Amino acid sequence: MLLALVATALVAVALLSEELLPRLEELWSRHRARRRVAPPMPYDPGRERRAEQRARTLLRSCVNEEEWAMYRDLGFIRVWGAQADGPAEAGGTGGAPYAYLIHPHRAIVAYMAQTHRLLNEYCVAFPDDTRPYGSARLPDSDDVLAKWMALTGDEKRLICTANMHLPGRQLDPAKVKRDLWRLSQWERARLRAAARRAGSAPGSSEPGEPLDTAG
Amino acid sequence: MKPGHGEVLIAEGDVELADDERRLVEEFRRQLQDGQWAAVPLSDVTGRRQAQMVKSFADVPRDAERVIFFPRAAGGR
Repeated sequence: MLLALVATALVAVALLSEELLPRLEELWSRHRARRRVAPPMPYDPGRERRAEQRARTLLRSCVNEEEWAMYRDLGFIRVWGAQADGPAEAGGTGGAPYAYLIHPHRAIVAYMAQTHRLLNEYCVAFPDDTRPYGSARLPDSDDVLAKWMALTGDEKRLICTANMHLPGRQLDPAKVKRDLWRLSQWERARLRAAARRAGSAPGSSEPGEPLDTAG
Repeated sequence: MKPGHGEVLIAEGDVELADDERRLVEEFRRQLQDGQWAAVPLSDVTGRRQAQMVKSFADVPRDAERVIFFPRAAGGR
């Protein structure tokens, strides 16, 4: 009887090992990555500045021109929400457009695009537990890019991973409202500038009208 | 992406060359095993930019210029 049980157990272990071994290996490598002790590294502002420069270059190469200009001028990026009824736990948006504001190393804020009503804060981080230079924090622009990629690539997954809070827990709602006002002013200014450029473009001049080519 | 460094080139190669592809696949798997997320920045015909999260090398579009690895998301405070 005992022999039969042992034999059955051995067969079961052998059958399960094919499924379990890769998972165990993955868990072990993650555990090792977390435990890897980095030598203490003094804070070097020059290194951090160079890292941020590289991160800005990478961010600029990934987002579109408007998003890059928004980040450069305002310090945050707006990403439009893509879920039909808004982000999780937001109470539903009834199909109305909503968006997120992404600031570096701060919570992502969801808001209604038309009314600017704040929906939720989503606290999320991208910590590198190996701490290659003594810190787990990505450069500011890398943090923004990570949020942008995760939101545009798989919004639902990121929102489910984040800790959701009501507006005002981490970010001052008045400050967020001011950011939204700055964003609308910035967009108007861009539209005006685009209209001016279109008005002065060679293609827009009347037929036969001489082009001003003076330097 | 690396704290204190920013962008780091991990591997490069041509997926049409078998040796390069094998190396890229190995590196891709290693990064995911180390707990990284992978994304491919894309641009559609209207010029809209977005990312595609990828979980296996087969998900990476053959014409993708790059795959960006970044630490996986965790709930923050």
